[in-house]
Amino acid sequence: MNIFAGIGAGVLGLLADIGRLAMFTGRALVALVSPPLYGRLIMGQILRIGYFSLPVVGLTAFFTGGVLALQIYLGGNRFGAEAIVPQVVVLGITRELGPVIAGLMVSGRVAAAIAAEIGTMKVTEQIDALTTLATNPIKYLVVPRLVAAVISMPILAGIADSIGVFGGYVVATASLHFTGSIYLKNTMDFATQGDIVSGLVKAAVFGFIIALMGCYHGFHSKGGAQGVGAATTAAVVSSSILILAADYLLTSVLFGR
Amino acid sequence: MNPKIQLIGVKKHFGAKKVLDGVDLTIEKNSSLVVIGGSGTGKSVMIKCVLGILRPDEGTILVDGEDVTHLSGAARDKVMTKFGMLFQGGALFDSLLVWENVAFGLIQGRGMKRAEARDIAISKLAKVGLPEDVAYLSPSELSGGMQKRVGLARAIAANPEIIFFDEPTTGLDPIMADVINELIVSTVRDVGATALSITHDMVSARKISDRIAMLYGGKIIWQGPTGEIDRSGNPYVDQFIHGRADGPIRMAVKA
Ligand SMILES: Nc1ncnc2c1ncn2[C@@H]1O[C@H](COP(=O)(O)OP(=O)(O)O)[C@@H](O)[C@H]1O
Ligand SMILES: [Mg+2]
Repeated sequence: MNIFAGIGAGVLGLLADIGRLAMFTGRALVALVSPPLYGRLIMGQILRIGYFSLPVVGLTAFFTGGVLALQIYLGGNRFGAEAIVPQVVVLGITRELGPVIAGLMVSGRVAAAIAAEIGTMKVTEQIDALTTLATNPIKYLVVPRLVAAVISMPILAGIADSIGVFGGYVVATASLHFTGSIYLKNTMDFATQGDIVSGLVKAAVFGFIIALMGCYHGFHSKGGAQGVGAATTAAVVSSSILILAADYLLTSVLFGR
Repeated sequence: MNPKIQLIGVKKHFGAKKVLDGVDLTIEKNSSLVVIGGSGTGKSVMIKCVLGILRPDEGTILVDGEDVTHLSGAARDKVMTKFGMLFQGGALFDSLLVWENVAFGLIQGRGMKRAEARDIAISKLAKVGLPEDVAYLSPSELSGGMQKRVGLARAIAANPEIIFFDEPTTGLDPIMADVINELIVSTVRDVGATALSITHDMVSARKISDRIAMLYGGKIIWQGPTGEIDRSGNPYVDQFIHGRADGPIRMAVKA
């Protein structure tokens, strides 16, 4: 095949995908603001998306905080600045690693699960069945997941922040000769409200991305089991990439660079 | 003449493939029409166009004389309350219990209280011959025949004016198929509904219809009262109802 034809087809395909995603997002937002809001379904999804992600988010945040303390200590050591560990750990965790670690973990768990569930409903005609039962599938399936993810993610990120800082504290006091009370005091004195809030805002955006990608790829899966598998992979990959891209954008907006 | 549903020149294609190429079909009020046709001829696509699940490229669809071709949102949901549909694979919600499936349209679509909707669901399950304890099972615990019955109970739960059946007997043993046929006939009569079924099962088609139409090549090529199907004089219909490999219909090996 002609190489230009190949590139052209690729570009057209990409544009069509972006258009479809934009339309899907628009429909989801319209459904979000038009009543009724299914409170029962939102609660169920908060449990699934938020509560059941706690162990994996907590565990990864703990180790991230620990390894961060260790690296900063070793790096700072080279120019006699190892005392800065608590300040850099809390800054790195609250602004950056808490929300991003939570986002990537939830992306792997939840975007995949949402895409698999909705994709299966699509290929077994359950989504068509919703329409025939006078229920808007976007409203019934997408909106509760979006709302639940946007509510759950800042909570998860806040927990990841605390556990991450705690991980740093454990490593610093257990093997880096820091005194516990001084470590905590330095942490508290240094972290500002802005650091924490900016991280939670990021987390809410990541939650939106995760639920949107899971739902979008689920709704557009085709074929049988293979199509659902492809949708699941696409949901995880695209939400992870978008989380990191959005992280950069939000950081430059929130911190004016 | 009192048409409940009319399709006028309905066309639908996917990519380069024309599936429906100008379908004209009228379904009289309180009648039972069966559309026959081979696998992959577009029978499911046709009813999905009427239900608004797929959007036709051209043509008009009237329900009670109202043009519903381009309805969406709340207006579409409102029209959908006239319909009940039994899907080919059942399409039961596997995250919900059997009774919640049956009551779904009442609770979500019409805002009925759960307790009240559950009582109605249990009575509808009894109508299709399922005992109350089935109501508290999950759809994955049921056999294919029982899933079809639950799908039927869900389709009739809100007393729809119009019921669609997509291949109601496909994949069932002959006895269960006959049970489902009987249920279709009796429920349609009880509810006083207009029925549109699609099938390639001629035994079922003869039993549940008062008129039959045949879809071939994207068009309705013959229609008439059920009793006349053996005297249609149409070679395509003859080949289909006798299940012969030889004849004017050439099976595409690639769907
Ligand atoms: N959503 C879709 N996208 C692309 N092709 C489709 C879609 N739905 C149906 N088709 C194609 O349309 C043709 C008719 O399908 P269908 O109506 O399901 O046949 P049947 O008469 O067996 O019910 C098939 O070849 C199918 O591959
Ligand atoms: Mg079909």
